[in-house]
Amino acid sequence: MREPTAILEMSGISKTFPGVRALTDVSLTIYPGEIHALMGENGAGKSTLMKILSGAYHADPGGEIRIEGRPISIDSPLTARHHGIATIYQELSLAPNLTVAENMLLGREIKTGPMIDRASMESACRSVLTRLGVTFRPSTRVAELSMAERQLVEIARALIANSRILVMDEPTTSLSSRETEALFSLVRQLRSEGLAIIYISHRMAEVYDLADRVSVLRDGSYVGTLERSEISAERLVRMMVGRDLSSFYKKEHDAKGSRGPVMFSVRGVGDGEKVQECSFDLHQGEVLGIAGLVGAGRTELARLIYGADRRTTGEIILGGKPLSIDSPQDAVDAGIVYLTEDRKHLGLFLDLTVRENVNLNVLGRDARPGGILNLKAAKERASAAIRGLRIRVANDLVTVGSLSGGNQQKVLLSRLLETKPRILLLDEPTRGVDIGAKSEIYRLIDDLAKRGVGMIVISSELPEIVGICDRVLVMREGKIAGEVGGVGHEPVTQERIIAIATGVREEAA
Amino acid sequence: MDTTAQVNQRRLAWRSAMQALGMLPILIILGIVFELMSGRFLSVQNLSIVAQQASINIVLAAGMTFVILTGGIDLSVGSILAAAAMVAILGSKIPEWGMLGIPAALLMGLALGFANGALIAFARLPPFIVTLGSLTAVRGLARLLGGDTTQFNPQLPFAFIGNGNLFGIPWLVVIAIVVVLLSWFILRRTVLGVHIYAVGGNPDAARLTGIKVWAVLLFVYCASGLASGLGGVMSAARLYAANGLQLGQSYELDAIAAVILGGTSFVGGIGSIWGTLIGALIIAILSNGLILVGVSDIWQFIIKGFVIIGAVALDRYRLQGSART
Repeated sequence: MREPTAILEMSGISKTFPGVRALTDVSLTIYPGEIHALMGENGAGKSTLMKILSGAYHADPGGEIRIEGRPISIDSPLTARHHGIATIYQELSLAPNLTVAENMLLGREIKTGPMIDRASMESACRSVLTRLGVTFRPSTRVAELSMAERQLVEIARALIANSRILVMDEPTTSLSSRETEALFSLVRQLRSEGLAIIYISHRMAEVYDLADRVSVLRDGSYVGTLERSEISAERLVRMMVGRDLSSFYKKEHDAKGSRGPVMFSVRGVGDGEKVQECSFDLHQGEVLGIAGLVGAGRTELARLIYGADRRTTGEIILGGKPLSIDSPQDAVDAGIVYLTEDRKHLGLFLDLTVRENVNLNVLGRDARPGGILNLKAAKERASAAIRGLRIRVANDLVTVGSLSGGNQQKVLLSRLLETKPRILLLDEPTRGVDIGAKSEIYRLIDDLAKRGVGMIVISSELPEIVGICDRVLVMREGKIAGEVGGVGHEPVTQERIIAIATGVREEAA
Repeated sequence: MDTTAQVNQRRLAWRSAMQALGMLPILIILGIVFELMSGRFLSVQNLSIVAQQASINIVLAAGMTFVILTGGIDLSVGSILAAAAMVAILGSKIPEWGMLGIPAALLMGLALGFANGALIAFARLPPFIVTLGSLTAVRGLARLLGGDTTQFNPQLPFAFIGNGNLFGIPWLVVIAIVVVLLSWFILRRTVLGVHIYAVGGNPDAARLTGIKVWAVLLFVYCASGLASGLGGVMSAARLYAANGLQLGQSYELDAIAAVILGGTSFVGGIGSIWGTLIGALIIAILSNGLILVGVSDIWQFIIKGFVIIGAVALDRYRLQGSART
């Protein structure tokens, strides 16, 4: 399958940012017609390496990039594209107000004289879209497409530019399992057409499914490359983390938590639209999972409980007393905090420092009379958080935007924990987080449960739900469709959750 | 390998030092150039004049800094200044109680800022539209208050503010310094200050965090209104007069230019009051220096415009490479 000459060789690539060495002497060789997975913890340097390849960053002098044996210099995204390198980023880079065809040919519009030639553009795009087997038309506006369809537009854009190297950075993050399957078969098709695909992912299962070879980075250095026959989870984890992860999921807190006293109750909460009359109890020190398909109303329910959106029905009871929660402020004051699934847009303040982010919720509590900042307390809290959650950062005065995903998530978590919450709503707590940080977050959840904090964990990763939750509610179409685990219910398994979530089997909540 | 690392280290240190200095080098270079060309720029007397000329714009720009840090804009500061100055002059004519003109003007500014802020925070209208409306409406109010004539008061009880000194420093300059220090304190040493940066940096996250975004917005427009009111007092005290039609025309543009020259991000969340101070001083030095050098009024406008664009372009170029990962 592999052809003798490499299409891409990167050797001796280093990259230094102010105060941080992101990459040290990294090498990578890619052959045409292969799917080459690139793995590593967040902050290991995968994204930096790919940004150098795509021209978004300049490597430090000394390294070399060769395409089909010829050394080239990539000094801008334009030259990268010229050399046939296309990148599909996590955050899709399409203009939603333009059509599919306009996006695909952005910067290379087909013109007759000075006029844009829409008809030729659309017919050029149509042939590529047909090859991808998509159903939407080139004249469709991107805003009307789903996330999965937008990704196809990005791929189509790469193909129409005759790209030979396709970099895909966590392409399945926002896709359902059916969309993921479709994407995989498309990726395999592109491989058989001779494209080289560099596939960045945190999900072990995807790498098993797809990759011909896997290269691993750790702390900005190249660790090694495994052939398909050598790929195993244990081996990859050891390469990525540099140590063994004996028990990945932690559930050492009292698993009988579900039989303890009820500390928090939700009664008939709904918004009359996406969430209908949801009721459940949360016991002291319990980790309660909420599973369900994307769009089942899980995040919406959490936001109603937290007061982020207006609820039209129901009440929320904490410690036997009904709460009046009309805003996030009310929820935080009552001891309920919410970890958003979208940390960059709804959680963190990327321009503020780690210290400010960690302290943001408790500034008022710590402040001296007149709202004057207590700088000493803020500094101490930040250093304690960095130590306690093992946030990897030069010091607490760097901006959060410069951190990797896993470290950003830890900063966001520590901000919530500083409020000493009684109830923690965790929405996709390990999304976009590497394996090392994941296991640390699981340990943290376990520790909090031991201390009696009640937690509600929303997650699309079923192994995670099964691994860390005592009891699981399954939502479908805005309602709680069933429950597994806990007293009087079947034990928690992936199969049961899927059966309820997809409506294969009805079960009383 | 070791030497390249050292070179890198040195380059990084140099770059972070340049970032901390901001526009200060431009300010110093302009001062030196004007001194070389005119030979009279760096005299104590002239620098005192520059500081006085800058003082009102510094006060307006300080208020504007709060607003722009939240990602907003306040186009109405010049009009509010005119209305407040008018109130100050009218108030100063009250027999025996002429000093009441000062609090009356400040209250006028605060009330108009509150009106802006309430429309933006509660009615969720865009700041540009709201303050564009009040730019026009408040200008009309200023003319109405003065009966569309110039109001004089030769016996102005607080004339010392515009023309007197405190320990040899002009009162106008003292006020500007106090406003800058107070702004620094609020922005960097209070909970409110952090919340202002947070709202500007990520308004959605700020709301979800439990920050009272409406209260922060209300505060910054009140602060800008109050600063404009203070600017009105300073202006009235200097002129012994106020004119609803002409006073404060296009002052908002100088205030915005000072904030932007100072490196504050137009989308909010990034910036400092020291930058604004330097920005306002650059504008004042340009006006004063060009007059000293004998450049005509028309060319002054053209040169000032180019310097503002050029300085900001230089700033962007200087900050390149420190882009966020």
